[in-house]
Amino acid sequence: MLHSLKQLLRHRALVQSLVARELKARYRGSTLGLLWSFINPLLLLSIYTFVFTTVMPGARSAGIEPFSLFLFCGLLPWTWFSSSLLESSNSLIAGGNLIRKVLFPAEVLPIVAVFAGLVHFCLGLPILAAFFVYYRVPVPLTDLAWFPVIVLAQLLLTLGFALMLSALTVHFRDLRDLLANVLTLAFFLTPIIYPLSQAPAWARPFLNLNPFTTLAVSYQEVLAIPGPFEGWPRLLIFVVVSVLVFAIGYFVFDRLRDTLAEEV
Amino acid sequence: MNAIDVRDVRKTYRRYGRRKSFGTLKSAILTGRVARDVKEADAFEALKGVSFEVPTGKTFGIVGRNGSGKSTMLKLIAGIGRPTSGHVTVHGRVSALIELGAGFHPEISGRDNVFINGMMLGLSKREVASRFDEIVAFAELEDFIDEPVKTYSSGMYMRLGFSVAINVDPDVLLVDEVLAVGDEAFTHKCLDKFADFRRRGRTVLLVTHSLDMVSRFCDAALWLDHGVVRAQGDPRRVIDAYLLDVAAAENKALARSPAVPASSSTEQPNDMMKAVEGRWGSREAEIVSVEFVRTDGVAAHVFESGEPLAIRMRVRAHQPLTDFVFGVALFSAEGVCCYGTNTDIEGADPHEFTGDAEVGFVIDSLCLVAGTYSVDVAVHRRNGVPYDYHRTLYTIRVTSKLNETGIVRPPHRWTFSSSIRISGL
Repeated sequence: MLHSLKQLLRHRALVQSLVARELKARYRGSTLGLLWSFINPLLLLSIYTFVFTTVMPGARSAGIEPFSLFLFCGLLPWTWFSSSLLESSNSLIAGGNLIRKVLFPAEVLPIVAVFAGLVHFCLGLPILAAFFVYYRVPVPLTDLAWFPVIVLAQLLLTLGFALMLSALTVHFRDLRDLLANVLTLAFFLTPIIYPLSQAPAWARPFLNLNPFTTLAVSYQEVLAIPGPFEGWPRLLIFVVVSVLVFAIGYFVFDRLRDTLAEEV
Repeated sequence: MNAIDVRDVRKTYRRYGRRKSFGTLKSAILTGRVARDVKEADAFEALKGVSFEVPTGKTFGIVGRNGSGKSTMLKLIAGIGRPTSGHVTVHGRVSALIELGAGFHPEISGRDNVFINGMMLGLSKREVASRFDEIVAFAELEDFIDEPVKTYSSGMYMRLGFSVAINVDPDVLLVDEVLAVGDEAFTHKCLDKFADFRRRGRTVLLVTHSLDMVSRFCDAALWLDHGVVRAQGDPRRVIDAYLLDVAAAENKALARSPAVPASSSTEQPNDMMKAVEGRWGSREAEIVSVEFVRTDGVAAHVFESGEPLAIRMRVRAHQPLTDFVFGVALFSAEGVCCYGTNTDIEGADPHEFTGDAEVGFVIDSLCLVAGTYSVDVAVHRRNGVPYDYHRTLYTIRVTSKLNETGIVRPPHRWTFSSSIRISGL
């Protein structure tokens, strides 16, 4: 496994080029091009804001103002997480021709899907920043220092899941359909459209089992919720968990590597 | 020093049956095997213990029929997939021309694709950059390299794929039947590139159906048949053994095709020069069976051009006949009558034909070029009214070591005056 990881490091230029290709190819032919990376999250945000402020204003808890800012802090990373997983679970099957015909490290494909998601996430950040400026919400710099740590933890977690899912999906194609539904469920089981504090007390331990809860809460506390970031011990534990998830994901992928070319 | 070392390699694939024999998720992860241990009935053995070695700097050919395991072998050598048992060792960088342009993304430009494809094949970005001009020039795509690949013709696509793969400059090059890309001129360029490779002491492994290429380029060859090595060594010898086997198989296949149709009462066609399959006649006399016999007296359907061929007919007269003619004609695959004759044309006077008898038509030297020919046999009255006419019911194949054109190969020799020095004829 360590050997494979070393091999992977040698291929980082390939990953880089493939991510660039992914972004280039994605918007090729559309009029707005890369602007879609800004418009997409903005539209999604507008929909949720519309639903929770106009359609059913009673559903949202008091005390988190402005709501759209709070929402955005959880929605943007979630979009990265879920789209990366959906895309990577299909990446090996879509790239089947490559795996069958060309000798190259297959894990590059799911990894590219996750990094392409990261780029989109980063493109969404200026919009998030613009929101802060618009609402005149100050973000303490000490809190902001935690931001890269959260992103790193999410990256590792997503990579781990992506590697595991992509390899397993080749053998158990049902996972693709299952995953879409599990992700929808997970979205509602994560405090993104509501704060964790609003969930009933008995449900909170279960919500905390959801790996994305820690991430969402951390993003919200660091960015949207005033006051110093107090969840850092929990975040640090989560970083360790993310490393473990990544290691397990890579281990599973490495184990199934030889079967991929035959089954894809 | 061997560039490629293959030791007793077996490869078993699982058949996709009605029920997929999944193991559990747990066993999949712990053992790296998703299928339960493959049962005999569900297994397909693509390679059954193959061993060979290719010394560094040699060109090695693998021949065999479709489904003989050639491509599987090549993939194992390329490192795509692992043998079920046995060992494959390769020294040096490998590049495999298995599918050209696999991994090209249609939406982005040829330039970007060259970089990504080159990096997938193991080059660094800088290495691709330094070879870029050469790659593009070789593919003859200077004017289109910045267009998206989806606008390329299939020939352009293949040329670019080939050009990238060959410019990886591997120590061991694996080629799977890809030289059929591009036009004549490009094929020549590819062959030159191979020759260049050989000169620089690189190893080439060639999987191909073009036996001509194997005998021209390879230092050694291997014949795979249903996953077993049938012959290896000197290419000429291996190819001859392979061709003999192919001929034997064709012989069998042709023999299975209907020898004598039970009784098709097709009307006699209006234009006798046209080859239409069928059998007709009044049947006072009958052709019971027809055999094609080689020199050694064995019935066959494949004959070497220039060898003797005898057509042996068992015939039967249901009543004593005094008016009868035996005839034979040969048609090419296009339906052209190559030769036709009968006993009447050749001036014979029929006297008597009763009961069972045998008629032979012996050709001392089969003067036809390679190809498939169908044969007419007939017995009829002198005025042409048939007793039993078999129209192109029999097929023989003529093989030849030469690739002459036309139909007939008249016995001939070349002569040269002394100022022309030439050999090999």
